[in-house]
Amino acid sequence: MVYLAFLVLIATSATYFLAAAALNPRSNFAGRNPPPPPAVIDAQLTSLNLNDKTPILVRFGRWADGVLHGNLGLTIDHDSVNAEMGRRVGVSLRLLLIGSLLGSLCGIAAGAWSAVKQYQLSDHAMTLLSFAILSVPTVVLAVFLANAGASFNDAIGHRLVYNTGEYTPGLEAWSGADVVNRLQHLVLPSLVLILQGLAFYSRYQRNSMLDVLGSDFVRTAQAKGLRRSQALIRHALRTALIPMGTFFAYEFALIFIGSIFVEKIFSWHGMGEWFVQSIQKNDVNATAAIGMFVAVLVLFAGFLSDVVTVTLDPRIRRA
Amino acid sequence: MTQSRPLLEVKSLSVTFPSEAGPVEAVRGLSYHVMPGEVMGIAGESGSGKSVSSLAVMGLLPRRARIAGSVRFEGEELLGRGDKDLSAIRGGKIAMIFQDPLSALTPVYTVGDQIAEAVQVHQTVSKQAAMDRAVELLNLAGIPNPRERARAFPHEFSGGMRQRAMIAMAIANNPKLIIADEPTTALDVTIQAQILDLLLKAKEATGAAIVMITHDLGVMAGFADRLTIMYAGKPLEAGAVDDLYYRPRMPYTIGLLGSIPRIDAAPGTPLTPIEGSPPSLTNLPPGCPFTPRCPMRVDLCRKVEPDLVRMNGSGEEHFAACHRSAEIEQKNLTGLDIFPAPADRTRDFSRVSDVPVLRITGLKKHYPMVRGAILHRRIGTIQAVDGIDLEIREGETLGLVGESGCGKTTTIMEILSLARPSSGAIEVLDRKTAGMTAQDRFQIRREISVVFQDPMASIDPRMPISDILAEPMLTHGVPADERARRIGELLKMVGLRPEHTSRYPQEFSGGQRQRICIARALALKPKLLVLDEPVSALDVSIRAGVLNLLEELKAELGLSYLFVAHDLSVVRHISDRVAVMYLGRIVETGEVNCVFNHPAHPYTQALLSAAPLPDPRKERARRRIILKGDLPSPANPPSGCRFRTRCQKFADELNDQQRQKCIDVDPVLCEHGNAGSDHRAACHYAEGGKLN
Ligand code: SF4
Ligand code: SF4
Repeated sequence: MVYLAFLVLIATSATYFLAAAALNPRSNFAGRNPPPPPAVIDAQLTSLNLNDKTPILVRFGRWADGVLHGNLGLTIDHDSVNAEMGRRVGVSLRLLLIGSLLGSLCGIAAGAWSAVKQYQLSDHAMTLLSFAILSVPTVVLAVFLANAGASFNDAIGHRLVYNTGEYTPGLEAWSGADVVNRLQHLVLPSLVLILQGLAFYSRYQRNSMLDVLGSDFVRTAQAKGLRRSQALIRHALRTALIPMGTFFAYEFALIFIGSIFVEKIFSWHGMGEWFVQSIQKNDVNATAAIGMFVAVLVLFAGFLSDVVTVTLDPRIRRA
Repeated sequence: MTQSRPLLEVKSLSVTFPSEAGPVEAVRGLSYHVMPGEVMGIAGESGSGKSVSSLAVMGLLPRRARIAGSVRFEGEELLGRGDKDLSAIRGGKIAMIFQDPLSALTPVYTVGDQIAEAVQVHQTVSKQAAMDRAVELLNLAGIPNPRERARAFPHEFSGGMRQRAMIAMAIANNPKLIIADEPTTALDVTIQAQILDLLLKAKEATGAAIVMITHDLGVMAGFADRLTIMYAGKPLEAGAVDDLYYRPRMPYTIGLLGSIPRIDAAPGTPLTPIEGSPPSLTNLPPGCPFTPRCPMRVDLCRKVEPDLVRMNGSGEEHFAACHRSAEIEQKNLTGLDIFPAPADRTRDFSRVSDVPVLRITGLKKHYPMVRGAILHRRIGTIQAVDGIDLEIREGETLGLVGESGCGKTTTIMEILSLARPSSGAIEVLDRKTAGMTAQDRFQIRREISVVFQDPMASIDPRMPISDILAEPMLTHGVPADERARRIGELLKMVGLRPEHTSRYPQEFSGGQRQRICIARALALKPKLLVLDEPVSALDVSIRAGVLNLLEELKAELGLSYLFVAHDLSVVRHISDRVAVMYLGRIVETGEVNCVFNHPAHPYTQALLSAAPLPDPRKERARRRIILKGDLPSPANPPSGCRFRTRCQKFADELNDQQRQKCIDVDPVLCEHGNAGSDHRAACHYAEGGKLN
């Protein structure tokens, strides 16, 4: 655990330095009309701990001190980064969790199915589909699904799925109607991430499953009287899951990148959207905070994937 | 046996797999039947179709296999039945045991769960009851602490234990028929004896009939009642074991029996090798599949495939598929009549000089045992080799035998590294490796070369033969014209054609590849060849040829061999002296006849008694010493005599006072038998035990 916290620290600091070096908050004032006097700009920047005239190590020290005390600093608009983050984290996590969990589950199922039906029509169809998804940029996929959702609504003559926003304002919070409404908003953006996870996972799962399909223990399982389908699910699939744990961490990072575009296109106000905005606004503190968020996520995913691997594989457990 | 209905009746079974090179005819026209309670054997080399045919019976072949013929079990046809029907029979009335029990058990479930699952598939019992039954079965299969061990995973079991677990699983539902597919092939001989013993006990307990599939005619001889010999997918001869072993009526069977080295034969008894290798199963030419290798072939053989017909002279159910079997029967022809007599290889001991090529004294190799992925903690020491002496003289073959884990591989790795051993000394041609400079080492390396078990793993498949053979010569700076000349010479020496230099390893059969490895090892004219299980990856009919070649080369070139093997009959056949290893020590050593005819150490006695003989009558009459348990961990060897935990003498013959000595005092190798002989054994109570 200490080790993991240490890694988060390093990753976050690295993001801070990178952001502080690459982003130039001073330029935000350049376009103002009338241009504010330099002293005002300096004062403004200093109050945000963004003044490039202060040595970077000093700024970093101040920032790090805040972070260690649970204060992530101020955004470029003088709001609290903590507060902004609090608002947005939930939005993103919902998408990310649903996307990665359902994506990997569907991917595992699809991959296993593909392997069992190797070289049959459904396998070829699955292969084609996943390569298509993997090769299309997320933006394109998201726009495509947004449009497809609209056409779908038109076709059935009823607005079943929404392609903008998180919910329709004005409904009583957490009433039945509100929950349904939120779900209706959730479908399309999640689907983008699920499809990506599915495409990603199904390829690995298919290979891993093919490796065990011909193995002796599946034959033994059948020889003791299990039906082929039972042998496949209980023995082959269970064993073929082991390597999947490892991919979980990678996939999670991938999905976060995907979610940036998804949030943007479906107008969700999550971390991904914020990330793009912060960079546009040269907001160093916000960017560093988002970097920390991603680091925590990825490390957590990595930790989770270790846990999954160890749970799945008794050979590692007792070694 | 009462004339009841056959339990299993296989008629004209054929199995074909589609492949890119055309259909592979894995089994063609196999018929046999199994009566209740009997052991029916199917023997054959790899690719003979013996395993495929049994998978076909179980309905376990991949869907792309095309199966024809008929398989009747208790009068009911099995072929063509759906997975649902068959799964009711599989594991219930018919159970199966596979060769490699590590890959045959699912790695992620405990052994107990896997056996309980077999119980629950066929019986409606609670999970707890099934688990209790699993523990009971494990106990029956001779697994100590069954309740605790049932919670272990397959990788925590030794090979023998896993096979016991497989047998426990097989008898879970009191089957009528057990199909055992090479059940002991991956195991050491003493473990093999345990498992065969257990199989017979399981057979008695359940009254099941057994279909025994193996390539090992020694195992078969003592185990089966009747036998079918398969070759290239076809049954070539079938009958009672006695008929087949003592009155074989077709050249392949005769050749096969003549090509197996026997532990009860005097060393140097010639083996009759079968030339060539089995045919490819795609596009089989018409006629007898054995034609290209058969010394008795006539024109007819190439055109018409002989049917399996009854032999009149011997037992009532003796069949052979050969155009000339009537003639063989009439004239009572044997291997020596049919196969070209191999060159005379009577041992010329005068060639063995007193000059040692290799001398090892007090060699020890200990490995640290560590645990923990990040922080390595040393938790013990593995005493892989713990103080051994060996000497090989010029022109001599020293056989080093022992089961896996005994330290033989470590020993040869130490020798080949030519480094300063951590303890003890290695002397090559009278020079200690310890004081050598890199230059010396490079020079001395010419004198020792090695041939490994798996020829495919030790040669680069992307290199043509000429490059493979030239490699060692290039390293040692042999000039180009000399190299070219030598390559031709080497190929001829190992019985390959010099024209083959531009071919690639894939174009050769397993036996030929091993010949290439031998040729490469000889390239620099070494004095000593280390042969690490050189024939154990080869099919029986090919082994004899390679063994004969090794003997010829030795006689011709005056080589010395360090022959490492687990197969005692091979070692007996080829060695002048042997050393038997157990748990990092040499427990007995001496001239091969002395050791094999009068084994003094209880371990040697057990090893010899466990080695199967291709001779049904002798096999049945033999008293087998079945050792208990597995090899103890080399990290924590028993006090006193390392063998005492498994020693049959310790367990059955000694009194408490005598036992105490075994527990307290580590026995040293000391002279045994006639004074002056170099027969030595490391046992306080060594004796002149007589084999058989
Ligand atoms: S049929 Fe001909 S080739 Fe075949 S085994 Fe008999 S003699 Fe040999
Ligand atoms: S010393 Fe004792 S335990 Fe060891 S082999 Fe001899 S009799 Fe057996």
